[in-house]
Amino acid sequence: MIAGTIAVVDYGMGNLRSVAKALEHVAGGKPVVVTADPAVLAAAERVVVPGQGAMPDCMRELAERGLKQAVIDAAANKPFLGICIGQQMLFEHSEEGDVPGLGILRGQVRRFPAAKMHLPDGQKLKVPHMGWNEVRQQSAQGRPHPLWNGIADGSRFYFVHSYFVAPDDADCVAGTTDYGIPFTSACARDNIFAVQCHPEKSAQAGLALLANFINWKP
Amino acid sequence: MLAKRIIPCLDVTAGRVVKGTNFVDLRDAGDPVEIARRYDAQGADEVTFLDITASSDQRDIILHIVEACAEQVFIPLTVGGGVRAIADVRRLLNAGADKVSMNTAAVQNPDLVAEASAKVGNQCIVVAIDAKADASQPGRWQVFTHGGRNGTGMCVIEWARKVQQLGAGEILLTSMDRDGTKAGFDLALTRAVADAVDIPVIASSGVGNLDHLADGVTEGRADAVLAASIFHFGEYTVRQAKERMRERGIEVRL
Repeated sequence: MIAGTIAVVDYGMGNLRSVAKALEHVAGGKPVVVTADPAVLAAAERVVVPGQGAMPDCMRELAERGLKQAVIDAAANKPFLGICIGQQMLFEHSEEGDVPGLGILRGQVRRFPAAKMHLPDGQKLKVPHMGWNEVRQQSAQGRPHPLWNGIADGSRFYFVHSYFVAPDDADCVAGTTDYGIPFTSACARDNIFAVQCHPEKSAQAGLALLANFINWKP
Repeated sequence: MLAKRIIPCLDVTAGRVVKGTNFVDLRDAGDPVEIARRYDAQGADEVTFLDITASSDQRDIILHIVEACAEQVFIPLTVGGGVRAIADVRRLLNAGADKVSMNTAAVQNPDLVAEASAKVGNQCIVVAIDAKADASQPGRWQVFTHGGRNGTGMCVIEWARKVQQLGAGEILLTSMDRDGTKAGFDLALTRAVADAVDIPVIASSGVGNLDHLADGVTEGRADAVLAASIFHFGEYTVRQAKERMRERGIEVRL
């Protein structure tokens, strides 16, 4: 395989083509492959785990396709980007279908609480949380995360989800967003960065994040 | 805070945009991908393609357009028109669509909504509802299918609740009474549906000026507003629409 390959994990869930095309757009000629082959993931320079749909289906497909260990290994030793369910599955457990995640980061995946889903004027907030919302960049480790380089704090990204991550460790929170409640919309630890929003659908801000990931040297 | 969305809609047939012929400054006035790129550059929050291709042997053309769009336009893309089976949903999503909209097929076969939602997630499934005021019962609207030709007798509010229950992630609500009138959205209809469901509602049909878009949000309580002709014919840009909405106190992405 060509050096510098960016591998997008294909486990049958989500819009892989959009993720791959957005990465190619900013990859500067580095190869982007969509793969279900653990050996390709092991050899890749960087790994992206997208995900759409329901967490129980994602976890099942990951296991059935023999990709679970390869994703755990990638998250342990190379630049790793989780998107949407690809972020949620890093945690220990999800309320959606009451399923365990990969347990790489400590914490839970929760549903937006119905009791909080309204504005002060009483107008209701719809679930799924769908559309462009602001991400406040957090720097728990004292300096802004390199994946936010060149992206204005509070930039809007495209979200579509009904569940969000609630990390146990405040140190891993890299971004927060308000929707009825404040929730963690980006998290980071060592070589791992993960977002609830869809950078591949977030116009210039999203492309900048993907470009930063491609150039990231954790 | 979450921004209200502005969604330009393109009617596409056999690979060409139907309403786009008066566009200026475009190399190819009828090329859907080029027009989608222009809307993206203007700050559109999403783009919707409505495939109105009549003949089935030309249906696959939309797939190539969606593929090309996904390579160049990095905002969400919804595609509707002619979606009849789960295989149609999958083909469009695999080509690069983010959401698929169904209308007549959802009425004829509600299980399709449930099945599609279970397979690909409710965030990918939009149910489009064509509504027409019921002349005999004020405050009631009837669901129509087949491009507005066939009445179903069903109440729009009840159908909206039903599709949410089946697993729709969003409702695209079109007022047949306002279609082409430029008199503004049917705000009573929009608000009745938006208040009846917990999923986002996109208001459509009747937009003649930028205040109509803002009214759809403030009075209609829509989560997103869709328009075609005011953008196609160069009357207004998406950016102008957003600036007007912001002046009206609406949160937008600018």
